Amino acid sequence: MSSANTDKHLIYLDNAATSWPKPPEVAAAMAAYLAESGGNPGRSGHRLSIAAGRVVLEAREAVASLFNVDDPFRVIFTLNATHALNTALFGLLQPGDRAVTTAMEHNSIMRPLRELERRGVEVVVIPCDTAGFVDVDRFQHELAQGARVACFQHASNVSGTIQPLELLVTAARAAGSYTVVDAAQTAGVLPIDVTATDIDLLAFTGHKGLQGPPGTGGLVLGPSFDPETLQPLVRGGTGSRSEFEEHPNMLPDRFEAGTPNGVGLAGLAAAIDVLTKRTVRRVRAEEQDLTARLQLALAAIPGVRIYGPLDPSLRTAVLAIRIENVAQDEVGLILDEEFGVLTRVGLHCAPAAHRTLGTFPDGAVRLSLGYSTSPDDVDRTIEAIHHIATCAPHPPNGLDAVGKHLPSASEKPL
Amino acid sequence: MSPSLPFSLGVVVFHTTSAAIKADKVLRQANLSTKLVPTPRHLSSDCGLAIRFSWTDLERIVGILQGNSVETAGYHEL
Repeated sequence: MSSANTDKHLIYLDNAATSWPKPPEVAAAMAAYLAESGGNPGRSGHRLSIAAGRVVLEAREAVASLFNVDDPFRVIFTLNATHALNTALFGLLQPGDRAVTTAMEHNSIMRPLRELERRGVEVVVIPCDTAGFVDVDRFQHELAQGARVACFQHASNVSGTIQPLELLVTAARAAGSYTVVDAAQTAGVLPIDVTATDIDLLAFTGHKGLQGPPGTGGLVLGPSFDPETLQPLVRGGTGSRSEFEEHPNMLPDRFEAGTPNGVGLAGLAAAIDVLTKRTVRRVRAEEQDLTARLQLALAAIPGVRIYGPLDPSLRTAVLAIRIENVAQDEVGLILDEEFGVLTRVGLHCAPAAHRTLGTFPDGAVRLSLGYSTSPDDVDRTIEAIHHIATCAPHPPNGLDAVGKHLPSASEKPL
Repeated sequence: MSPSLPFSLGVVVFHTTSAAIKADKVLRQANLSTKLVPTPRHLSSDCGLAIRFSWTDLERIVGILQGNSVETAGYHEL
């Protein structure tokens, strides 16, 4: 064991980056996969290949069931949500098309869209309010002008803001646009019903709320989505139609080329099994209570500013905060070194979201609770932040609240 | 196949290996004695895995696979 994680006082509040620790069932399933079913899934006819193929099918069925999709072959496995979003956006959009997104997006949507924009796709970014909620009227208005794709996060990785998913999907459906929903922060955290909500493409990752290992994720194709409208991002070996040099069209092979992450999917299936027994609703209720407790207490500390919705039912277990008069990276360092509270500071791969929230370019401290967070962890975090905020020095003359030099009257503006 | 067998065998072939593995799962759940095998080369090419079964079970197997929405690429008597 490394000394980094043997400290019994460690409080892990970086679950929005990746959940930790994973349920022990996940490691057990992965070890069993390597020891017992180590063949290449679906490639060869021998028993180890078949055993591996069964594990992959089990994972596919677990994901289909979790998101309420009847056909497990409409679950396409990818490396992560980013890979799934790239598959969706590059597979749907051609030069001349129009795509509508929001001003709260992670770079997993923004960067593919900016590249597509360079290639001739028109990208429309709908503004959001300072709590992170998209302007639904503007969203509807822009879709009504014609857009092939509406693409947005279900909930923010910075502020936890939960977008009105049903409303946005209904608006996109009415306008004839395909919906691409980024569920990186909500899979396993909020109940998601792809069929009832009529989502076209749902991108998820396995290593956050689902409690699975990194290297797992996927794209779920809604029941009314025609797979032929989506061009595959990668082509190659599938174990099927091997005498043809053209890539097959059947699901899931159309979107899955190359050896899949069988060991990761074994872990993902075990993780979803644990989650399903615990139920997403219960996980949500517990996380919401803890987040509300943290939010209320932090709001009462002078010098602490919380970003995102006030109402805990409108946010996931993610809080972005800033402490006045202390550099935010310093806050992260003190929380880690002095208090054993692990957070993420900075821009969280989401410059657009930080611009919307008013925290760009200095960033914020993100506290993200999870499966393993206890009430005691929350209370100790509150004490730690209270301590840092109370001990924060008053800004010396000539420095602003984040420690930057203010231009003096004699300095010329840049 | 060997002429000494008292009944004839069949295979069902698929477009994808995922479908073959799903078919194997639902047939096993129905207590049918079937077996995942490499697809005989003279039959199809679509996917490397096929399911071998006793030809007398053909109707039941067709019903189970259809009932579970498993797409097949054809049934062949060996």
